[in-house]
Parts: sequence; C-alpha cells; structure tokens
Amino acid sequence: MKKWISLALAGASLMSLTACGGGSAADASNGVVNVYNWGEYIDESIFDDFTAQTGIKVNYTTFESNEALYGKLAGGATGYDVIIPSDYMIGQMIEEDMLEPLDFDNIPNFSDIDETLKNPAYDPENLYSVPYMFGTLGIIYNPTMVDEGEDMETWDVLWNEKYSGDILMFDNSRDTIGIALKKLGYSYNTTDEAEITAAVDELIAQRPLVQAYVMDDIFEKMEGGNAAIGVYYYGDYLTMHENNEDLAFAVPREGTNRYVDAMCIPKGCENKENAEAFINFMCSTDAGLKNCEATYYSSPLLSVREELDEELANDPYAYPDATFATEQCEVYNVLPAETRTLYNDQWVRLMNAG
Amino acid sequence: MKSKAISYPYVAWMALFVVAPIVIIVVYAFTAAGGGFSLENFHSMAQYATAFGRSFLLAAVATVVCLLAGYPLAYFLARERGWIHRMATMLIMLPMWMNFLLRTYSWKFLLERNGLLNTLFGLIGLGPFQMIDTQGAIVLGMVYNYLPYMVLPIFSVIAKIDPKVVEAAQDLGANSVTVFRRVIFPLSLPGVLSGITMVFIPSVSTFAISRLLGGSKTLLLGNLIDMQFLGSAYNPHLGSAVSLVMMVIVMVCMAVMNHFGDGEEGVTL
Repeated sequence: MKKWISLALAGASLMSLTACGGGSAADASNGVVNVYNWGEYIDESIFDDFTAQTGIKVNYTTFESNEALYGKLAGGATGYDVIIPSDYMIGQMIEEDMLEPLDFDNIPNFSDIDETLKNPAYDPENLYSVPYMFGTLGIIYNPTMVDEGEDMETWDVLWNEKYSGDILMFDNSRDTIGIALKKLGYSYNTTDEAEITAAVDELIAQRPLVQAYVMDDIFEKMEGGNAAIGVYYYGDYLTMHENNEDLAFAVPREGTNRYVDAMCIPKGCENKENAEAFINFMCSTDAGLKNCEATYYSSPLLSVREELDEELANDPYAYPDATFATEQCEVYNVLPAETRTLYNDQWVRLMNAG
Repeated sequence: MKSKAISYPYVAWMALFVVAPIVIIVVYAFTAAGGGFSLENFHSMAQYATAFGRSFLLAAVATVVCLLAGYPLAYFLARERGWIHRMATMLIMLPMWMNFLLRTYSWKFLLERNGLLNTLFGLIGLGPFQMIDTQGAIVLGMVYNYLPYMVLPIFSVIAKIDPKVVEAAQDLGANSVTVFRRVIFPLSLPGVLSGITMVFIPSVSTFAISRLLGGSKTLLLGNLIDMQFLGSAYNPHLGSAVSLVMMVIVMVCMAVMNHFGDGEEGVTL
C-alpha cells in the first residue's frame, strides 16, 4: 500500500512538472515567443499589441549585462527565442556560432532601418542581427552635489577625491575597464596587455572612492540623490532626469562609447518564425515609436524619427551628427579570445582588491 | 521492507538533484576550458585567498551576532507560555513568509544616503552616515535574514528540557546562574550547534546579500562563483573549483564543531 502511495506521489509531482512546462504554450492560439532583453529597456505594453496582432504570446525576461547574457547561454540555457545583446557581444556570439541566421523575408520592416546601421562591423553581411536601439555612454551627475564650475567633461572627475563615496561605476568589465582606458588615452579595443593592466591599476586606485559598482540600481541611486556622479547610458539618463530634474549629462572629451543593441535569435530557438514576427513587429513604426517614447533610447527606424517629438529628435546626444559620432565616439569591437580571458582575470583582480 | 520502499522517491530525488550536480562540479573543477584533466583551476586558487578570508570572517561575525542575540531570545521564549509565546513565535516566523530578496532589497532603502535611517538621524542633527555598500551592511543583512534559523533550534531544545532536571539542581542547592551554566546550557548545546550550522553555511556562500547591500564593493565567495557563471568573468571550471574548495572547508569546519558536540544527541528542526 505504502509503495502505491509513494508511486502516486512521485507520479503527481512529475505531472505537475510537465504541466508547468507546457502550460504557457497552451493559452495562446499561435504559440509563444520568449524574449530576453536588458532590464528597463522596453515598453511592456507593446506586448499586448503584438499578441492582438499575431496571436503570439510574449514571455519576457531580462538580464543585467552582456556578460550575464553570455554566461547564461554559454552555460547551455535554452528556451530563448529573441535576445538583444550589444554590438561587441553579437560579434563574439557569431564567432562562437551561438546565433541563428535570420530569414529576412519574414522581416520586411528591416527596410526602414537607417542605412548607416546596416552591415555593421560586428555583423558585416547583416545575417544575424536587426538593430533595436543605439545610444551613447556618458557621465550623469547631480549639480547640487558637485562644486559649481567643476569640469564634468572628463573621465578624471571620477578619480577626484573630493567626491569619495559619491561615485558610481559600472558592474561590468567592458564598460568599466573601457573608462579607464579612455582616461589613459588608449583605445577601447586595445589588445595590449600592458595598457589593459595599467587601466585596471587605475581602477584599483579609484576603488576606495567608489560608492558602488551598479547596473540598473543606478536609477534609484541617482534619482534619490544617493550619489553625486555616475556613468551610464544616455537613454536611461533621460528617464532618470524625468524623475529628478536636477540631474545633468556630460560627454568626456577624451572620448566615449557609442553602441548598438540588436535583436538576434540564439541557436536552439524553438519558435523561430514567431521570433522573426516579433523582430519585424519591433521594427514597425507604431511599436518603434511607442517603445522609443517610453525608453528614450535612440531608434534606428527612419519612420520613427520622422514622427518623434521634435525635442528628442533634435537631441544632439540621442541622434548625434556624424562629426560627434566619429570624432568623439568609439565603438567596442569584438576582442580576440586571449584578450577576453585577460579582461576576465583583470576584472576579478579589480573586484577582489581592497 | 515495505517501510523502506516509501523512501525510494526521495532517494531518487537526492541522486538526481544532489549527488549528480556534485559529480558535475567535481568534473568541471578538474578540467580546463579545452577539456582534459587539469589542476590549473586549483593553482590559481591562492589569489582568491582574500575572498575566502573575507567570506569566512563576515559569516563568522554574523553567526556570533546571531548567537548572542538569538540565545537569550530563545531562552525566554521557551519559558513563556500562552499568548506571548504564540505571538513571539509568529513574529519570528512572519518575515520568512516574505521573499528573501524583497526583504533584503528593502534594507537598501533604509540604509541609503537619503534613506529612512539617515533621515531620522538628520532630524536629531547626526549624519549622514555611509551605511549602504559597506561590510557592516552585509553582516546586517545576514543577521536579519538568518536569525530565525538560530532562534528556532535553540528554542525547540530548551523547551523540551524536563523541568524536573532543573528542580533537581535547585534542590541540590544550585543558584540560578549555576543551573543555567551547569544544566540548561549544556543541554541546549545541540540546538546551538545546529543553529550555528544553519546560520554559518548560508552566510558563507551568500551572493545576493553582498550584491544588494554591498554594491559589489566586497567580493565574497558567492560573488566570485556567481561571476564565473553569470557575471563578467565567464569560466565555469574555475567557478566549480572555487565551489568545491569552499564545500571542503565548510565540511571541515562542521566536522570540527560537531566534535565539540560529541556525546550530545544531534538535533534537527
């Protein structure tokens, strides 16, 4: 008798497990699409519009950084249909054969993408990615907490002892090490071990001044006046500014990063047609405009820029002219494997210091 | 024979979800990224000695604080009857019904530069203090989250002490200090040991508390391991090696501690 009970219990638990797995698929008529994106980077109300148009249900989850996304997928996680990494990470994933080529016949709205963003260096033949948003990295500060007339257009301000305990840095290796490289006048894409090590030495010297290494926690910190100076992405600065009008943005003259985040389909995707339908939908004018107005990021869609609120459309940081983009900005290229290993080791060295 | 059969599903569960993952960790720890047996991961272990030291120190501090705060609480709780007892037990359990991350996250808002505590200090002309993103905040998070795991086992052991034993000691002329020192405390040791185990182990391996309250300024073992899987330094082989070394050290700690508890009957919740 007892044996039967235990068997029944085991059976019941197994059934509930499988029920969980299949449950989400059963309630939408045309299946699902599993979208994996950065946090605070989409207007979630457009999922309803997408489901209304296509009958496909959206399962949405978020990641914190390109490196976290990579770790998840490299570790064998499946069940994602659309992912939205940044340029250099897309290049790395193409190199490691982690992405599925897209069928552009299913993505007719691709024609609306800005020509200058097509065939980018990270995906030269444009087989794997469709631009989602682009942006500029810079210094966000609270003028009420820094000295009047302080020169904010330099990375050096992040090493100023006056602001000890009031400085926020990125919690990811590429952005943080990149800032120190620029401070020292090097390229973001250097593979020189001495330059990268010197940059991390700078960061170790800076570490006692840093309040915290953050990603999306920066919203709460800067909006609440809990820190004076941070580094983050321009679109998110506009969101923060809406909640705290004191905040201001500066681009260091040593140069900064301009990046593109793009939609891709990972290998092992089980709903490829739905994924392509979703990518196509995100490139439609309505969805693009709505998303752009909610996130304040810069849209790669030409039709969206025409309809966009004039203030944002003429924003020099959101839609920079060609001179700014080429002279003051540098993109992250894919680093060779041994440099990536060096970045990993150096990042642990920084985090383990003091 | 029949009573044995009922444990089969659990044994199968353990094999699948406890033993198998440990085997995988061992395999990863002793291989390099390219495959093949390698001790490379352990050679680089020395450079993480500070992270090991930091984790064990902070976890030890949190455990001591939990013991100092939790023992008296458990002692008086075990002596109470009726509504006070029910209410106090309820209050200890209540926070555990809420999500762990949410509880920890809310401390962020209390400890921030312009958070609730600094605002209150400001009213009486103090501060602001830098409380968030410090090691103190991490210890606070550990104590807050794991205190119930110290109180409950001690409480259940003291509550079961036969009052006649205490009366016998008193009849033989022991004052209340002696009764506590010679009778109650030794009898409560099994509870103390399982309390220490249940606070120390999650504290030493936490990554969420140091992430949320430490602002990535304090690298604990949990964060080092997390970083090798889902962070900025992807290397599951090194992550597994660090996990393995941590498990071995924790097991040695527990073995040493249980040695002191020899002769006592082990208790579990």
